[in-house]
Amino acid sequence: MATREADIRARDVRVDLLEIGRMIEPGSRVLDIGCGDGDLLYHLVHDRRVDARGMELSREGVNACVARGLSVVQGDADRDLADYPTGAFDYAILSQTLQAMRDTRAGLEQMLRIGKRAIVSFPNFGHWRVRMQLLFRGRMPDTETLEYPWYNTPNIHLCTIRDFIALCDDLGITIEKFLAIDAGGQRSRRVHSTRRANLMAEQALFLLAFNGERDASGAPVYR
Amino acid sequence: MNSIALPHPNYVEARRQHGQDDDPRGSVMRLGAVPFRLVSGAELPEVTVAYQTYGALNADKSNAVLVCHALTGDQHVANPHPITGKEGWWESAVGPGKIVDTNRFYVICANVLGGCLGTTGPKEINPATGRQWGIDFPVITIGDMVRLQAAFLDQLGIPDLFCVIGGSMGGMQVLDWAARYPERVFSAIPVATTARHSAQNIAFHEVGRQAIMADPEWRGGSYYGGPGPKAGLSVARMAAHITYLSEAGLHQKFGRKLQDREALTFGFDADFQIESYLRHQGSTFVDRFDANSYLYITRAMDYFDLAADYGGLLANAFKGTKAQFCVASFTSDWLYPTAESRAIVHALNAVAAPVSFVEFETDKGHDAFLLDVPEFYDVLRGFIGAAAEKRGL
Repeated sequence: MATREADIRARDVRVDLLEIGRMIEPGSRVLDIGCGDGDLLYHLVHDRRVDARGMELSREGVNACVARGLSVVQGDADRDLADYPTGAFDYAILSQTLQAMRDTRAGLEQMLRIGKRAIVSFPNFGHWRVRMQLLFRGRMPDTETLEYPWYNTPNIHLCTIRDFIALCDDLGITIEKFLAIDAGGQRSRRVHSTRRANLMAEQALFLLAFNGERDASGAPVYR
Repeated sequence: MNSIALPHPNYVEARRQHGQDDDPRGSVMRLGAVPFRLVSGAELPEVTVAYQTYGALNADKSNAVLVCHALTGDQHVANPHPITGKEGWWESAVGPGKIVDTNRFYVICANVLGGCLGTTGPKEINPATGRQWGIDFPVITIGDMVRLQAAFLDQLGIPDLFCVIGGSMGGMQVLDWAARYPERVFSAIPVATTARHSAQNIAFHEVGRQAIMADPEWRGGSYYGGPGPKAGLSVARMAAHITYLSEAGLHQKFGRKLQDREALTFGFDADFQIESYLRHQGSTFVDRFDANSYLYITRAMDYFDLAADYGGLLANAFKGTKAQFCVASFTSDWLYPTAESRAIVHALNAVAAPVSFVEFETDKGHDAFLLDVPEFYDVLRGFIGAAAEKRGL
């Protein structure tokens, strides 16, 4: 394992991806939605021995992934998640893509239909720096995690950690684990409560499950 | 072999360089011990497969790649064509150091059942009569083509394939291979294809077949020894060729440009470049293709409906597959549009098969699968390279 660790360090795998990797048992079946160039997929497949596939909207991203030997399907998370069978994966991952979905709620519902669990990370719009920029400058926030100007940002559904928790509550989704992540992707170890994280955490990482009622096909019946 | 004239000098030269004779069929294998039973129930008393191989089979027999050709293709994938002298139909991708690297892989391409370049088909001799089959030849299916390829690989001593790759009808064979012989396919690359022929696909083929059969020289299929239905086959090719191109591509290449003239002639000559181009496509096609083969192979494509063979659910076809898939389509392909490839991907997802899928942006239409679309070749190279690594090649 020493060489494996050295290899991970050499590839400079982002810390938040390592955190996601730690949530997933080897041998699990995983779908990474919006997998980009495949950094997380590559880490999961090669370092964690996970059976991971991806979905990516951009042709360039898919090309890059396939060239790395990863199984990636070109697709639009807003449209194509519905095509996956119920319970097809142990985990459905949405890393830094939640805020770019057109129908965020439906996307989240689909994730916990096709995956037994879901892992979601997103930039926290409640972070104090975001709040300060809006309060004192009166301008839309421009931070490390929110780097696009308002007029051409792909981030059309930004939320705070508390907003997200409220949505999970509404849908009857269980939060099994929560991690606060700073802008560099490091886990903020001093931030434990979600209330404090809503102010202090630049990014959030959630492990979700649905333990409620299911229909005959096994799909969750959301509230 | 008849009706094939002397092989083209380019072909003869290429063959001589490899110490081979100038038989236009390339290599030939007879599988004659037992009759070959077709999906329809009919039997062929003996079958012959004409094929080409490139590269060398390794000691483990683990590096074989089967390239499946399309409707009007043949076994000459990576050498000059014996009749036209033009380069092989996929020479841009198959060869030493190329994407399908013949230094690394043992590449096999066989003329399909029903074809007209040496494999058993309507223009070959019916042993029962001593004359050419014509339309006494039984109707064949894509499944029959694949089963013959499997029997042929058995004879070659190749237990399983590192990769099966093909576009269009070649892609149908790839899908049938993965479904029919799940344990014999390590990786599969169906390109610009479909799991079933649509009404529109069948309609275009019917136009082509009717054009052939309406030609008096078709003579009920018994035209061998005569001139043959050249006009009919040519029209069939012209109609089909339109379906291989996109409107945008046609417009860009031809527009309303006139052919070697300053003004319209107010007649039915080929005033427009597109007319001249299509006529050329039609007339050169008849030199290298048999009209009856065209009837049989288009029929096989029309009959193709992989889901129907597996209880109506495409996912069932792939239930046992262990292969990894790379599905590719092209934006301007309206013959087998991206939606058809997506249907294949959904079915593969449903059975948890590892699948990659990319749609490539091009105005080259269906024909793009034969052309050097750089992003397409990048993905193929990446997929094949990664699969070879997994296979330990």
